[in-house]
Amino acid sequence: MSGDLPSAARIISIAEENTRVKTFVLDAETQAQPGQFAMVWLPGVDEKPFSLVDDHPLTFTIARVGLFTRQVHALHVGDRLWWRGPFGRGFEIRETDGVHLLIGGGYGAAPLVFLARRLRAAGQRVVAIIGAKTKTELLLETRFAAMGCTVIVATEDGSAGVRGLATDVAWNVAQQETVAAVYACGPEGMLSAVELLCTGRHLPGQVSREGYMRCGLGVCGSCHYGPWLVCRDGPVFATNSE
Amino acid sequence: MRTTSPDLRVDLCRVRLPNPLVLASGILGTSAQLLERVARCGAGAVTTKSCGPVPRTGHPNPTVIDWGHGLINAVGLPNPGVEAEVEIIAVARELLAPLGVPLIASIFADTVAGFAAVAERISAARPDLIEINISCPNVAAELGRPFALDAVSAAQVTAAVRAATELPIIVKLSPNVTDIVAIARAVEGAGADAIAAINTLGPGMVIDVESGRPILANRVGGVSGPAIRPIAVRCVYDICTAVNVPVVGIGGVSCGRDAVEMLMAGATAVGVGSAVYRGGPEVFGRIRDELAEWMSAHGYTSLSDFRGIAHER
Ligand SMILES: Cc1cc2nc3c(=O)[nH]c(=O)nc-3n(C[C@H](O)[C@H](O)[C@H](O)COP(=O)(O)OP(=O)(O)OC[C@H]3O[C@@H](n4cnc5c(N)ncnc54)[C@H](O)[C@@H]3O)c2cc1C
Ligand SMILES: Cc1cc2nc3c(=O)[nH]c(=O)nc-3n(C[C@H](O)[C@H](O)[C@H](O)COP(=O)(O)O)c2cc1C
Ligand code: FES
Repeated sequence: MSGDLPSAARIISIAEENTRVKTFVLDAETQAQPGQFAMVWLPGVDEKPFSLVDDHPLTFTIARVGLFTRQVHALHVGDRLWWRGPFGRGFEIRETDGVHLLIGGGYGAAPLVFLARRLRAAGQRVVAIIGAKTKTELLLETRFAAMGCTVIVATEDGSAGVRGLATDVAWNVAQQETVAAVYACGPEGMLSAVELLCTGRHLPGQVSREGYMRCGLGVCGSCHYGPWLVCRDGPVFATNSE
Repeated sequence: MRTTSPDLRVDLCRVRLPNPLVLASGILGTSAQLLERVARCGAGAVTTKSCGPVPRTGHPNPTVIDWGHGLINAVGLPNPGVEAEVEIIAVARELLAPLGVPLIASIFADTVAGFAAVAERISAARPDLIEINISCPNVAAELGRPFALDAVSAAQVTAAVRAATELPIIVKLSPNVTDIVAIARAVEGAGADAIAAINTLGPGMVIDVESGRPILANRVGGVSGPAIRPIAVRCVYDICTAVNVPVVGIGGVSCGRDAVEMLMAGATAVGVGSAVYRGGPEVFGRIRDELAEWMSAHGYTSLSDFRGIAHER
């Protein structure tokens, strides 16, 4: 028995999503819930948390922001990445009437792609609102469209789609449609706005939060959010507005 | 026969614990609200993550790995520094007071004077006890050889902290020595009110066989969890034969039976750390209930009925 040591996996394809973001498909698979994450390791560099975009094959969408992600972006097809997981609690899917409203900001769209795939496979209607500051930072919006989701793009500067915040668009959708549930992943400010929406409209909501991950195992306490551990009790939390 | 639930209460250095299970340092002790949650889950006392004189970021990842029979870690003592820790302790105390669960503040430093300074500063926040971590095996490169590896240094740190605070002090020992009893006697002689044993074993190493590299960024780390329990039990047993101060037995405890074993070795209280990995914070309530059930099944009404009995048989 060798516990949950990192396993090596070869990169079988790399797609450029935009100038700062690439999607890596690995020759590995696992069983995961959308919203769960893995700790991705490059020996000699570092080990960091990333949401699963698919579990079969294992897929990550990684934004280049610092040392580790720069090194990952330098990898080629055939190179190896190490991973352990999946960890944490993902999105709970309830099949009910109405549309499932997905709200993603930045690389927050990554776990939502996985969620949308599961929802569509279950025959559910999905509206995905993808927000970004500007057109060049938009992420994965075409993936949602390809799965048969209704996609609404919102940019703060109006360079693509609707001008404004994804959460403002969400209020409009919630006014026009029967919303079954709201699922969000993105910056903390966006998540607070989503919580307001869920409370205001009495919608069941789930938001994926970030914390600083070290162990990913629920022991070191590094990822604490109030009394909760983002790596174990989250990253997906209910908005408690039901 | 009338059946009453057994009395799990225990006094550690005149501090009353509702049960003998103590959250070990470095596990979930990073925020006041997390400490409160662990107390609500059933811990009898909670220990903060070890805190030093100044903030430290700790080692890069990977820092903690499940290697199959426990954990190996080299987190590298990340902590916000004593000034910020004082705030955390003040809030934690208020949250814990209504629960009747005492707070143990764990401290470390790289010099004897540093230990005294941190102890004095942390005392102002009034934790119930102070635990002196002289036994972290993962920071030798930066902080030097652990003080717990040598009886003279261990006693010096203990004496310096003794002089710096009125609060009861627990000295946490390392198993990575040839004669833990000599160290235990030295710290008792220098004024320790209690001894905690053991810190992690090793250091150990786990190598990734695909890359040929040690997995921990620090290369080596402290081993904990079920694999080290027999060593922890032996250390506690030996220390209890040699000293009169109470011992907090720590190492690999993950169920009621393991807690009973530690108590039979002579421990006054029982630390739980790595078991949180599989059991979550709720593991404390589970171990507490299993301990109580075992006691009822064996006709014991208090912990003193069987504490240390392994020494008599
Ligand atoms: C649950 C979870 C899921 C994530 N999913 C994705 C994803 O699908 N795609 C993606 O591109 N990014 C994701 N991230 C963020 C990703 O972990 C960071 O971008 C990455 O760690 C940056 O490392 P770096 O060395 O390149 O940059 P650095 O310069 O080290 O850090 C840049 C920023 O990344 C964040 N960060 C760094 N280290 C950690 C850490 N150990 N834990 C959490 N945050 C950290 C901090 O906000 C930091 O300011 C996720 C984070 C979490 C917590
Ligand atoms: C991730 C991790 C971090 C730890 N950090 C500390 C620490 O900061 N201070 C300390 O005194 N002990 C620390 N320890 C040691 C534990 O408190 C405990 O002594 C040891 O793990 C053995 O108990 P266990 O088998 O129940 O985990 C740490 C252990 C682990 C696994
Ligand atoms: S990352 Fe260690 S407890 Fe969550």
